[in-house]
Amino acid sequence: MSMTISQKILAARSDRDHVEPGELVEARVDFALGNDITAPLAIEAFRKAGARRVFDRDRVCLVPDHFTPNKDIPSAMQARLLREFAREQGLTHYFEVGRMGIEHALLPEQGLVLPGDVVVGADSHTCTYGALGAFATGVGSTDLAAAMITGRVWFKVPGSVRFVYKGKLRPWVGGKDLILHTIGQVGVDGARYQAMEFAGEVVEGLPMADRFTMSNMAIEAGAKAGLVAPDGVTEAYVKDRARRPYRFYAGDADAPYDQVYEWDVSELEPVVALPHLPENVKPVTDLPEIPVDQVVIGSCTNGRLEDLRQAASILKGRKVDARVRCIVIPATQRIYRQAMKEGLLEIFVDAEAAVSTPTCGPCLGGHMGILAEGERAVATTNRNFKGRMGHPQSEVYLSGPAVAAASAVLGRIAHPAEVRG
Amino acid sequence: MNIKGRTWKFGEDIDTDAIIPARYLNTSDPEALAAHCMEDADPDFAKKMRPGDLMVAGKNFGCGSSREHAPIAIKAAGIACVVAHSFARIFYRNAFNMGLPILECPEAVSDTREGDELEVDLDSGRIVNHTRGQTYQARPVPPFMQSLLEAGGLMAYVRQQMDAQ
Repeated sequence: MSMTISQKILAARSDRDHVEPGELVEARVDFALGNDITAPLAIEAFRKAGARRVFDRDRVCLVPDHFTPNKDIPSAMQARLLREFAREQGLTHYFEVGRMGIEHALLPEQGLVLPGDVVVGADSHTCTYGALGAFATGVGSTDLAAAMITGRVWFKVPGSVRFVYKGKLRPWVGGKDLILHTIGQVGVDGARYQAMEFAGEVVEGLPMADRFTMSNMAIEAGAKAGLVAPDGVTEAYVKDRARRPYRFYAGDADAPYDQVYEWDVSELEPVVALPHLPENVKPVTDLPEIPVDQVVIGSCTNGRLEDLRQAASILKGRKVDARVRCIVIPATQRIYRQAMKEGLLEIFVDAEAAVSTPTCGPCLGGHMGILAEGERAVATTNRNFKGRMGHPQSEVYLSGPAVAAASAVLGRIAHPAEVRG
Repeated sequence: MNIKGRTWKFGEDIDTDAIIPARYLNTSDPEALAAHCMEDADPDFAKKMRPGDLMVAGKNFGCGSSREHAPIAIKAAGIACVVAHSFARIFYRNAFNMGLPILECPEAVSDTREGDELEVDLDSGRIVNHTRGQTYQARPVPPFMQSLLEAGGLMAYVRQQMDAQ
């Protein structure tokens, strides 16, 4: 009987020939991760259960990325917990400040999450790795503790919803615009509990960075996972990075889907998600003049090298508007170094932007750029709920890096063509 | 398992930042989190609610982050049960794992007003609004999941089973 890629991966990891949506299965986990906010609770649960050793010290990864470099004393204590547990357990993959990155940019870069994997992470944007053709999903800290002990997690097999993107993208339109458009169409619970699949000629033409962006925001439609079928682009990305064997799964041509959406996106313009929901999506050209106070270019959604190059192409030889704070956050140490070598950081600094070490920082209102009452930000991040980046009476507009950079230059939400033509 | 109390009503798409803002995530201490429960949705909520109260909310409650701090804050504040039109998937899982009783029932949510006295029976799935004299039927919570809730959450339940062996 036919199965989607998600069903195939879950079946393989639970030693079943076939699984149906709605079935409960117990699957072996290929990789598990936690961060400085979520791992402390997992470690506490681990200890309380009387566990002594993680199931496999090569397959449990801890990344201090949310409130690091340590935001304050309590955050420092949480980061220390992570560090000590990693040391005690001899975890192969613990990444310290100065070597780390935002987890969902770091793990693929390091070849730690791979096609065909089942990955659980104590962070909702774990779904990012679906872009590699893995079944990756966010769970709570207690589920992570159980995974660290047993190497298994129980799942309800999800139904799948397929999104087929046809046509040819206009200039400045990328993965972020595609996923924001999608969430705008189906709503923040439009794919609740489902596995989203992103397919079609447009997706096949996207580089890995844009695929990661799309999968990253599957959770914002309520989805359990967001996958892209692996292909030549995937192979080129993973083949020299992979730290262990991987496998490409493909859904059957007649696999069952809950829904299939087919959209021609040739007319799609860059979009923005207005406060205070990621589904509140409009084309930039439909907006009135909206002045901004801060622009954030970074995050697990859009902090990769390709995103920085896009932003730099707009900021080059220009200045950030005098009233705006523009904060650029390369997502990993390696990306930071590469951006430096390519001259991108010099472009940002010359443009009078602030360039930060990798951190989640302002995305969740942690540190490195909090908003005051009445302030507005354009951000390449993934959520704009009320109070997300600071004061409850502040506003966050989500966009791709080109719109963010253009908005930084003009001091208001802007279409990239207004700056670059 | 039977729960009865006064209700507080919230809207749709209540996200985890509304339940417990990220600025408080530098602690995992339940009492500390409880003090800030629902703060950005209602700054006085933690002060005005009483242990044993219930929450009633619209669709997609708990959407957003996977942070367990969200059900922890609600449970530690003393909320005995959350009845929602629907729950976001990670919050649903986390609530059970943290020992916070939850139930999905769209009809009960639309009819209930803030301040109503609600009674929830997890065995039968029956919800009674005593203030309005109305009864609703939700999906019952299976006995093993009730044991998990009564034990106080996933890990306590697992340890209970280990001790029993």
